[in-house]
Amino acid sequence: MDFQNLTVKDLRAKLDQKEISAPELTKAYLERISEKDPLVKSFITVCEDSALEQAEAAQWRIDAGEAAPLTGIPFGIKDNICTQGVKTTCASKMLEDFVPPYQATVMEKLCGQDIVMLGKLNMDEFAMGGSTATSYFAKTVNPYDSSKVPGGSSGGSAACVSASMAPVALGSDTGGSIRQPASFCGVTGLKPTYSSVSRFGLVAFASSLDQIGPIANSAYDCGIVFNSICGFDPHDGTTSRHPHGDALSLIGQSVAGLKIAVPKEFFEAGIDDEVKESVYAAVKAYEAMGAKAVEVSMPSLKYAIPAYYLISSAEASSNLSRYDGIKYGYRAQGEDDYNALIRKTRDEGFGTEVKRRILLGTYALASGYYDAYYKKALYLKGKIREEYNAIFKECDVMVTPTAPSTAFGFDEGISDPAKMYLADICTVTVNIAGLPAISTPCGYGKNGMPIGMSIVGKAFDEARIIQMADAFERDFKRVAPVL
Amino acid sequence: MQYIPVIGLEIHAELLTDSKVFCTCSAEFGGDQNSRCCPVCSGFPGTLPVLNQRAVEYAVKAGFAMNCSINKYSKFDRKNYFYPDLPKAYQISQLDLPLCINGKVKIETEKGEKWIRINRIHLEEDAGKLVHDDINATSLADYNRCGVPLIEIVTEPDLSSAEEARAFVEQVSLLLQYAGVCDCKMEQGSIRADVNISIMPPDAKEFGTRAEIKNLNSLKSITRAIDYEIKRQAELLDKGEKVVQETRRFNDNHGTTKPMRSKEDAQDYRYFPEPDIQPVNFTDEDLAAIRASLPKLPDERLKQYMVEYGLSETDSKIIVNDVKLSDFFDAAVSVYPNYKNICNFVLTELLRRLKETETDDIPFSAEHFATLVKMVDEGKVSRNDGKTILRYMLENPAHPEEIAKANGFLVVNDMGAVDEVICAVMAERPDLVEQYRAGEKKVFGFLMGQCTSRLKGIANPKDIKTALENKLS
Repeated sequence: MDFQNLTVKDLRAKLDQKEISAPELTKAYLERISEKDPLVKSFITVCEDSALEQAEAAQWRIDAGEAAPLTGIPFGIKDNICTQGVKTTCASKMLEDFVPPYQATVMEKLCGQDIVMLGKLNMDEFAMGGSTATSYFAKTVNPYDSSKVPGGSSGGSAACVSASMAPVALGSDTGGSIRQPASFCGVTGLKPTYSSVSRFGLVAFASSLDQIGPIANSAYDCGIVFNSICGFDPHDGTTSRHPHGDALSLIGQSVAGLKIAVPKEFFEAGIDDEVKESVYAAVKAYEAMGAKAVEVSMPSLKYAIPAYYLISSAEASSNLSRYDGIKYGYRAQGEDDYNALIRKTRDEGFGTEVKRRILLGTYALASGYYDAYYKKALYLKGKIREEYNAIFKECDVMVTPTAPSTAFGFDEGISDPAKMYLADICTVTVNIAGLPAISTPCGYGKNGMPIGMSIVGKAFDEARIIQMADAFERDFKRVAPVL
Repeated sequence: MQYIPVIGLEIHAELLTDSKVFCTCSAEFGGDQNSRCCPVCSGFPGTLPVLNQRAVEYAVKAGFAMNCSINKYSKFDRKNYFYPDLPKAYQISQLDLPLCINGKVKIETEKGEKWIRINRIHLEEDAGKLVHDDINATSLADYNRCGVPLIEIVTEPDLSSAEEARAFVEQVSLLLQYAGVCDCKMEQGSIRADVNISIMPPDAKEFGTRAEIKNLNSLKSITRAIDYEIKRQAELLDKGEKVVQETRRFNDNHGTTKPMRSKEDAQDYRYFPEPDIQPVNFTDEDLAAIRASLPKLPDERLKQYMVEYGLSETDSKIIVNDVKLSDFFDAAVSVYPNYKNICNFVLTELLRRLKETETDDIPFSAEHFATLVKMVDEGKVSRNDGKTILRYMLENPAHPEEIAKANGFLVVNDMGAVDEVICAVMAERPDLVEQYRAGEKKVFGFLMGQCTSRLKGIANPKDIKTALENKLS
């Protein structure tokens, strides 16, 4: 079967019209995984047997005429989303053998529709990084060029969809971890409004920023998944009771008259020319459809990176303190004093990047430094939110590059953390402001690597950004990776 | 030299909610090790705390009971530290915006009433327990207590002696029990205290350096620790030495305190706002509803007993100082509003019997008790038989009338029978009748005794006495 560009929407039709059965579809993807994943290395765990069982159940439901929108659709799941009975490692030695006795709420919802879970996907350790190279297990490669990173932290999710080893995957986004790998791998990724999707069962990195979202072949597919996973959850006190309309409700409507904010700071130094040109061209395409581009300014963008790294690292330093070798996960050998045991466990169980963030966050929260760092970061958070609010009073959406460049090579800059952190400049403000954003491919660089643009919306306005991304995707010719 | 002690308390009280503060596990004391915990309270990856609204309500009730202002906007913070009894490695607590602030609690001292100011009451979660196994040289963690809701009541440094501290803890316990938010069982650890204490010369303008004594879990250890600490600090100052600011541990066996850690090694808890729990926002209506749900507090009841019911201050206080007894009394007088007689029967008979049985659980209803008092008052049973009935009720709770009937205590007041018996007695002892009529009144007792023993359960002694006097005169 031809996998390229197969969307969830297509597969739904094929399954419902009995062109293919759910078990056949699952087998086809499992075969594709065993054929291509040794190269791409996007999976940490492949769930062959349970996937086939789930496919049987899905087929039974389809045959009974009771298929839900995602019944029988194969999914890949980022390995920081808890899956009951299936290892959830966060790509860390610390949780190498951790099998959660509970299901994340998103999994509860998806399994309620009888999806098929193909397996668990690679990521940066504890979602910290933008390359997936900090994984304890393997280096996932970019399907377009195996010398390049897939981005991160949801690099496994993006690479797996890009390489057609699953039509859709779940990722998580704390500072760009869905959008940037989607951009690097030439697929579409949606970071929903903070509080719209339950975080219960998402292993916490930075609780005030983390959000689960889909990576797929189209904005439409992202909308189908978002519709299925959003909503208030009694297990997550931060989920919103805001009524979620149908995220696909605006699909196909004209974008004429919509105002697109183009913030000039996102197109200044540090952003590659080919990226700028490609995103500007996309804005032009929207103008051709009747939308209106408005240049706006976000002066506090220059503070976004320090603010983001202070807040996220501070929360991470606290969230990751529970890994002490006592209750679950890795435990160092040869120590019987509690303090020595926990020190050795954390020393051996965490990788370098995770330790760096824990140190950074611990320092930022230390008494005497709190006011100078964390408190200022919270102030900047307020400023950034104000600036977005002002822009969205005038405009419907904002368009920016998703990343300053196309996917970089494994040998470029990964060893320089400060440079790596700066590469998050285009994505972090959206998390700080809690807004929804979608990244969709808008061009290819000279080396053939995908370029992504981000469409940012007002809080809970997923329908608008999905409409906008879909409008662009209709005329954009995607180039699939050759594997 | 005589110094003035300056003492502040931090009281931790476990709230009586059914479930824990951030998950649905039972918050009840006890249970097999690790039988009352779940992925949330044992800090598993990906789990999230969800705030128990009942715990918030209870904390606010405690605040109202201690005359606090309630913050309409309150938030939670993380207190970070590593310890094996704290599975998340942070405690969810409240740093700068606690639920309740600026309260006051009245205590009785030798010099009269004194108000102790409450700085704050905040809501937080309890930690687990470590069990040290010396034989196998291991420590085991029991997470049953993890996440049990706690309030921390912080006073201003307004206390000046161990006795005041004891009176304060007793009064706070009473208020918490009246508010129905804590059972205050010190032996189960449901209420415990940290003491901050310093001393200063009488003419000093500033407080001395303070020591903090952690985790005192009985009234006795609170007073002993304070007395010891005052003595220790006074001896240091007398010798011209300095008190070191430090945290100390009280040793119950020796009655002494020992340093735990100095200010320099004080932990940096790296507090920051808890991102997993949304701040609490109260409307005026919310707060009014919580206030309205509070039962009458001790002061109000005391006033009612003295002014409205006409009871003595001493009697009123005995009843008010025991919430169960006070509730029982209130229920009894609502059935039979003879306040004084109910009070007397409670204080003389009931308390004595309860003491004998070494329990504070009253096995019968206040309604039955009130009925019994009424029966005695109306002469349906004699006072002595009434006491016996009460003893029966304690052993085997049944309706007092049934007990009276079954045991022949019931006075039927058959005056015809009384007449007959009196006539018979008088006919048997004409000599005594004559003596009586001649002015020897002392023989009356014998005649009366003859009558009452034959009329047991038929008429009450008062009526027999009147009838006998009439016949003899």
